[in-house]
Amino acid sequence: MIALHDYDLSAEGYAVRLFLALLGLDYRLLPVEFYPAREHEGEEFRALSPMASLPVLVDGDLVLTEVAGILSYLAARHGGADWYPAGDAAQLGRIGDGLALSARLAATAGAVRLADGMMLPLDGAAARAEAKRLLRVIDERLWFGEAAGDDWLCPGPRPSIADIACFPHIVLAEEGDIPLIDYPAIRRWLDRVRRLPGFVVMPGVFGA
Amino acid sequence: MGFKMTETGGIDPDTWNRWHVVGCHDELPDDGARATRLLGRAITVERRGSGAEVRLTGGGALPVKVAYGYVWSSLGTPGPLFELPEHAEADRRNLNGCSFFVRTSPPRAIENFLDMAHFPFVHTGILGEEAHPDVKDYDVAISTDGREVVASNCHFYQPKAAAASTGGVDVTYRYRVPHPWCAILYKDSPAKPGRSDVIALFVQPCGEEEIVANLALFILDDDTPLPALRRFQQQIFVQDKPILENQMPRRLPLYPRADSPVRADKASIAYRRWLRQLGTSFGVLS
Repeated sequence: MIALHDYDLSAEGYAVRLFLALLGLDYRLLPVEFYPAREHEGEEFRALSPMASLPVLVDGDLVLTEVAGILSYLAARHGGADWYPAGDAAQLGRIGDGLALSARLAATAGAVRLADGMMLPLDGAAARAEAKRLLRVIDERLWFGEAAGDDWLCPGPRPSIADIACFPHIVLAEEGDIPLIDYPAIRRWLDRVRRLPGFVVMPGVFGA
Repeated sequence: MGFKMTETGGIDPDTWNRWHVVGCHDELPDDGARATRLLGRAITVERRGSGAEVRLTGGGALPVKVAYGYVWSSLGTPGPLFELPEHAEADRRNLNGCSFFVRTSPPRAIENFLDMAHFPFVHTGILGEEAHPDVKDYDVAISTDGREVVASNCHFYQPKAAAASTGGVDVTYRYRVPHPWCAILYKDSPAKPGRSDVIALFVQPCGEEEIVANLALFILDDDTPLPALRRFQQQIFVQDKPILENQMPRRLPLYPRADSPVRADKASIAYRRWLRQLGTSFGVLS
């Protein structure tokens, strides 16, 4: 069975838990205390995840330590054509772009959320400003997408793992004092993600 | 000689002269001081063995007390801190369940802690479930000496009342509010029938709309590992955080007819009345 080393309040971890739920996959959760114990920086955890990144997915001999790799693997292995358009090079490229975008969100909106609540050192103003710039770009993309009949971050009839990777950082942004009221298309997209069959919440996220 | 509000930057005397929590003693850094805020002032908190030192940033030392696992300080001349005798009971485990920074006023956090009606909707599947939303009638009073608010005889159905719970139970609650920003909950212990787990919310008033919420546990549970106890409290608290941060206005309204309370809010009504009696103006709208 898949094992997931994870911290409940991790947005990246939530992306993986959400995708596992959407795929209907069972897994074993192994809690890692990010705050206050910083267990992810300990020797034992670094043996598994040398960059001290969370979450870590273990499936047999395979160990994956970044959310982009984990979601890509799960989509290709268990998602079928709905989640992994193997023959569509352009779409795979767009999904890769979306996963990189989620890493930018993690470094800004995600970082300021954690630093704020857990009182960790960070230049919050700079992180917030960059997060807002990203959200403006995403809001515009979604707005024009809606106008063209597309509901998701990457064009097409179905959500992709780019939506799953970006959703946690955006839905939790207000915890880092980034109000979402300014991004109407993003708010409609958050509701669409919430209505996906099998959607699950995490602490701080509420259902549709 | 009267109390001059100008000397306290407009902070009311009750707030100015109380002890306020400024950190969990065990979680202070091993090297150097931690910067934080108290009543809008920048302060530093440093561990000194089993004691601590608190200073205004770039200024003088402030009064210090280490009690119940936390460091307390004051900008004024504090009297005694409230009693929490359960802290000294040998068979209890005392720990900091979690500390989170929240953008809300201190009294909003206390009011949320006293409110059972939100359990089924915010803590679904843990402290309540939507099929059992009723708050049964309970007793509430301001103590005769005026020093605390007490709510007792509270009963609520909870699917997972504590980290050690194995199933849903009807839980009995009792609350004490012995300090404007500290509330203590006595709750049936799943491990030791007839006794109570004690869970306290100690709010650090960083500013009028900025707090650190510390959840202190004094519990009868020898078996659940420490990380699992902390994990349970963190999950619950993080569900409250967005609710607290979205309450507008962030300061607690104390003026007449600010809200239309219902019977379930009896504790909150008494708490607001008590704050008016104390003359509290910090973090409220009056």
